[in-house]
Amino acid sequence: MAQTQVQRDNAPVIEINGLTQRFGGLTAVDDFNVKLMPGKLTGLIGPNGAGKTTVFNLVSGFYQPTEGQILVGGKPTAGFKPHKVTALGVARTFQNIRLWNDMTVLDNIRVAQHYWLGYGFFSSVFRTKRYKQRETQISEEANELLEVFDLKRFADEFPKNLPYGTQRKLEIARALSTHPKLLLLDEPAAGLNSHDVKDLIRLIRWIYDNFDVSIWMIEHHMDVVMELCSHIKVIDFGQTIAEGTPEEIRNHPAVITAYLGDDVI
Amino acid sequence: MDFIIQNILNALQWGSFYALIALGYTLVYGVLRLINFAHGDIFMVGAYISFFVASFLIGPIAGFSPMMAFVITVPLTMVLTSLVGVTLERIAYRPLRRKGAHRLYVVITALMCGLVLEYSNLALLGASRLKFPELIEKQIWHVGDVTLTNLKVMVVVAAILVFLFLQWVVTRTRVGMAMRAISYDKFAIPLMGIPVDNIIVVTFVLGSGFAGLAGLLFAMSYPVLEPFMGMLIGWKAFIAAVVGGIGDIKGAFVGGFLLGFIEVGVVSVFPSTYRDLFAFTILLLILWIKPSGLFGIPQSTKI
Amino acid sequence: MKKYSLNMLLVVFAIGLLFAAHFGIIDGYIQIVVMTIGINIMMSTSLNLVNGNMGEFTCGHAAFMCIGAYISSILSVFCFGTKFGEPLLPAASVLIVFPIILLIGGAVAAVSSLLVSVPSFKTRDDYLAIISIAVNYMIISAIENLDFVGGSRGFQGMKDTTWAMIDIFDGPWMLFWVINFTIFTVWVIRRFISSTYGKGVNAISQDEVAAEIMSVNTNKIKIINFMVAAGLAGCAGGLYAHIIGYVNPQSFNILKSTEALVMVYLGGMGSLSGAVISAVIFTGLLEVLRSQAIIDGLLSPVTFMFPDWEPSAGVIKWVMIPLMLIIVMQFRPEGIMGNRELGDVFPKLKRFYRFK
Repeated sequence: MAQTQVQRDNAPVIEINGLTQRFGGLTAVDDFNVKLMPGKLTGLIGPNGAGKTTVFNLVSGFYQPTEGQILVGGKPTAGFKPHKVTALGVARTFQNIRLWNDMTVLDNIRVAQHYWLGYGFFSSVFRTKRYKQRETQISEEANELLEVFDLKRFADEFPKNLPYGTQRKLEIARALSTHPKLLLLDEPAAGLNSHDVKDLIRLIRWIYDNFDVSIWMIEHHMDVVMELCSHIKVIDFGQTIAEGTPEEIRNHPAVITAYLGDDVI
Repeated sequence: MDFIIQNILNALQWGSFYALIALGYTLVYGVLRLINFAHGDIFMVGAYISFFVASFLIGPIAGFSPMMAFVITVPLTMVLTSLVGVTLERIAYRPLRRKGAHRLYVVITALMCGLVLEYSNLALLGASRLKFPELIEKQIWHVGDVTLTNLKVMVVVAAILVFLFLQWVVTRTRVGMAMRAISYDKFAIPLMGIPVDNIIVVTFVLGSGFAGLAGLLFAMSYPVLEPFMGMLIGWKAFIAAVVGGIGDIKGAFVGGFLLGFIEVGVVSVFPSTYRDLFAFTILLLILWIKPSGLFGIPQSTKI
Repeated sequence: MKKYSLNMLLVVFAIGLLFAAHFGIIDGYIQIVVMTIGINIMMSTSLNLVNGNMGEFTCGHAAFMCIGAYISSILSVFCFGTKFGEPLLPAASVLIVFPIILLIGGAVAAVSSLLVSVPSFKTRDDYLAIISIAVNYMIISAIENLDFVGGSRGFQGMKDTTWAMIDIFDGPWMLFWVINFTIFTVWVIRRFISSTYGKGVNAISQDEVAAEIMSVNTNKIKIINFMVAAGLAGCAGGLYAHIIGYVNPQSFNILKSTEALVMVYLGGMGSLSGAVISAVIFTGLLEVLRSQAIIDGLLSPVTFMFPDWEPSAGVIKWVMIPLMLIIVMQFRPEGIMGNRELGDVFPKLKRFYRFK
């Protein structure tokens, strides 16, 4: 598995300044700021509707921010379409698994290389040397990746026939196949039973240890967040209400209030 | 100046037809998210039904006076055309809905039903065009250089009345509320105890009935009927409904008249062969600028 | 060697057809039916790229056929005909120039597909249907207003080109070209769609958001896909025009588009072999229903009751075909092949061809 370049440790993998997103009268994200250094596993938590997925959607490029700036590896991503953001090194999974269900597992990985295929329409029709070379390479790399994730035996299977936990693993593997510097996981534990959640925690830790990638995770399962993340940011109603290590967050009054309401304190 | 007023009046009449048909499209789309491609042909069927009804009524067997025949033809046409629309729904669309078939299959079925209607007409009645009997004596009023006929006025008034009626139904009645509810969330509605099938039938009754009315009025205004009369008008009325914002009754109404104005406007300046080209181009431009239509609400999917 | 069985079979079949046509074993009528099958295959497979593989819903495919037909006809007459003055090119060059003319017609049609593909970025599927229908009408309407190509009266003069070919060698040239272009169409589509690049099209259809986030430049792929589909339809149009020797804008109206739609949904969205099979079946059906005798036979119970009614085959055909598709939609909406290919249904066939 080809490793991404080791980054200089003093340049943030992603930097977000003053990010604000307004939809009509609703402010979904309010002055969100973050600076993620490379090689970190960070969490983004908050009650439902807090704006977490909106932040991810803004980073991915699905919306353009009303205000603020996003820099990936130092480059501003204003106006970038999502595929370009991915090309810059930010990959992502979704809360509701978005695999291509009528394509084989192997194809799911291969198509994710689309930006880097290096050949176009005419090459695909006339099967040039370049085409054959790249197709072989991509298939090899895809198979290697599946091997590494222990998914090789499903290579010709369709994702919809796989157990949910395996689908989630595949989706993450597919995201990693784009050689990202930053991996955004949007509620990876959603819909998983407790057994699968444990597997997921192991998987994420394993990815963190073996791939040169920073991970930023939205999650509701507190055990996942607390166990994996070294740093956690909490938002509610679009605003940052707390930030710190898992221990600090666990006992932070504002966080408890946000999740459980005022009467608890 | 008179030239402009005359054209405005013509546009109002011409637009009324589009508006009446567009209202039917938008009702069905609003509730079912279905483009009933057969709707333009329901209009054609309405025109033909009115022809047969009217001819029969003033014919030797029934022997009504033209005025009397007219008074009976209007409701009868609307009822019979509604029946056609409802039958279509029952036979073609409902089974697919029951099966939870992909929306696309229903749309294709609608497209095919339209063709069946057109060609069945052609097969059964032949290619010779039918001439609609004159039911109402044409009264022409002259104001300066502007001519106005009672028929023209009737058409425009009818369109406005239908619009007001539908607005009332959709916003003030329980049926209307149910219709709007279904358009927001088809799945939750049966759980709330609302009989979805019945509401859908009501939708088709209204849409088809008013298409039938449009057919009758059109036949009276342009008395030559032919099997494909609904096709082009249907497509254009549909585009007008979309430009207005599909699913929104105001939108269909405005869209229909807008199209009427565009077409009459184009024909008054350019040779009439350019009419369709300009009409479609302008409509497309509007859609390009505001894809959800003039009154439509942008639909966004949650990512 | 076995792997090439299908290819060899195809070549043998094609040569056989040409042979039979040349020596009068099959008559002019059958030749036209075969050529119509070829053109229908081109139309149905190319529309399948957009409506099937990419999951869009366009209803105006005939517009591209129209553009290809007109452009290639005009070029043809300029080069080899006498309508616009002396022919520009020597008649002997026709064998090389004709396919180029067809391809140019296709290229122009491909560019015109931007009218539909660019709006498709912003709009949902129903809107795209409208846009494609509107574009279909607009193009026909535009041509009807162009007097120098005959407007609504139509355009002719392409026969000169076909005569030029016959002057070189008296053989079934149009059949030859149709066979070549049909095979070319299926080959191009197959190659495109089976590559990882082409699978991006399927990815867009199955989940556009995921495709975009997984590095597929969805806008670019949409444009390219539309262009390929329109280009191939344009070539089909050019062939159609030269077979008949006359074109008229109304031949490419919504009815023609509907024919293509029927073939695609009959065969199964996204299935190349399905589109081919349904084109063959559909054309066959059209021919069968063209026969007045058969129509009279089928409808004899009805005409028995209403003796004054004389159903015309041409009209009844267009009642039965939509009815058939309605029935298909009710009972087997995924079409003949669903979204699978012939090789998926009959895996043993895979031994005989090498389509990779």
